[in-house]
Amino acid sequence: MTTDSPAVDTGRGPLDKHGMAALVARDIPHGSFVNLGIGQPTLVADHLPAGSGVVLHTENGMLNMGPAARGDEIDPDLTNAGKVPVTELPGAAYFHHADSFAMMRGGHLDICVLGAFQVSASGDLANWHTGAPDAIPAVGGAMDLAIGAKQVFVMMTLFTKTGAPKLVPECTYPLTGLRCVDRIYTDLAVFDITPRGVAVRETFGVTVGELADRLALPLLPAA
Amino acid sequence: MSTRVCADADEAVAGVEDGATVLVGGFGMAGMPVALIDALIRQGATDLTVVSNNAGNGDTGLAALLAKGRVRKVVCSFPRQTDSHVFDELYRAGKIELEVVPQGSLAERMRAAGAGIGAFFCPTGAGTLLAEGKETRVIDGRTYVLEYPIKGDVALIGAHRADRMGNLVYRKTARNFGPVMATAATTVIAQVREIVDTGTIDPETVITPGIYVDRVVQEATA
Repeated sequence: MTTDSPAVDTGRGPLDKHGMAALVARDIPHGSFVNLGIGQPTLVADHLPAGSGVVLHTENGMLNMGPAARGDEIDPDLTNAGKVPVTELPGAAYFHHADSFAMMRGGHLDICVLGAFQVSASGDLANWHTGAPDAIPAVGGAMDLAIGAKQVFVMMTLFTKTGAPKLVPECTYPLTGLRCVDRIYTDLAVFDITPRGVAVRETFGVTVGELADRLALPLLPAA
Repeated sequence: MSTRVCADADEAVAGVEDGATVLVGGFGMAGMPVALIDALIRQGATDLTVVSNNAGNGDTGLAALLAKGRVRKVVCSFPRQTDSHVFDELYRAGKIELEVVPQGSLAERMRAAGAGIGAFFCPTGAGTLLAEGKETRVIDGRTYVLEYPIKGDVALIGAHRADRMGNLVYRKTARNFGPVMATAATTVIAQVREIVDTGTIDPETVITPGIYVDRVVQEATA
């Protein structure tokens, strides 16, 4: 039996994107197979400690991807999902696209880390399309990752630039996947999506009560 | 039929018809068969449906084909990129159709076409806009979407090396869609950096066996 305990207020103020990336990196178990989405999740790689044993997967057909390539290392045949030149680490493997996505859907990846426009209290994810009339929809591998990885972590600011919550009772943007998100890392708090509701793991310069007011969501203490 | 080694890219793309569905390899520019696309522009086929991961980058390769107005419809997973200005303008002007397909479903639908699979149930996209109007089935408590094969009339792919029997070897992440597209089109045309004598590629390292490849051409070395 576990008993509920209050979420830890770390006393730190809001995190920047590197602070969020460091938290995600801290929580990835040794030896995990991990896919980092394009954009901010890519920063997680910079915060994995030496000897983490984490193997990075890139959707365009590689395991054990290394850091970004510099100078003479740049090879147009070796890029990541964001088309940025990268390097290979010892033990790397290449494979074609159908295999790469079979790895996702087949449940072989331990964790993926994705950005988001919105996440709902039940773990629905919206991160591919704003639905705006002039927007050009582009999904890439997001839907495959969202339903395929054993655990889906989202990394995002908790509020938009205009102050609207991005953790919401129901998503208003078009969905990427239903009930697929397990944990959300934000600048103000880390949340778990649980069968009982949204639980707060830790906060950064804000109390759980203040968060609950701003989000208009019931928040549970961490399990 | 056995693979034909072509003298140049123009010979390699001869006969592509107006209205054809053309599978174009590459992820961004990695693996993009630029010499074949340039030859297709010269060849003149139009009203094409292009199936590719992206909708062109910069102004070369697939973007150049789009800019010439030869493409009626793009089927892809990720059209919008920092350097997709050619597609963006055509799309916003209503001059090109777009079908967005999740990247894994795009690959698997072509794999199905090449493997003789009539359709398959896939969990990706269930409950989203991209599954609207598609048949679904609940299997062991999970919702799956029925996805049909994508077959090409022509596939244009880029590989690293070929022998004269059309056996292909790729290099690093430039492999991407090449091996899948090579199985999924009536006529498969590969451009490679080097054509070597048959027997000099270790059979254990062949990624696309020559049975899938109809024509192969060595990129002109500038």
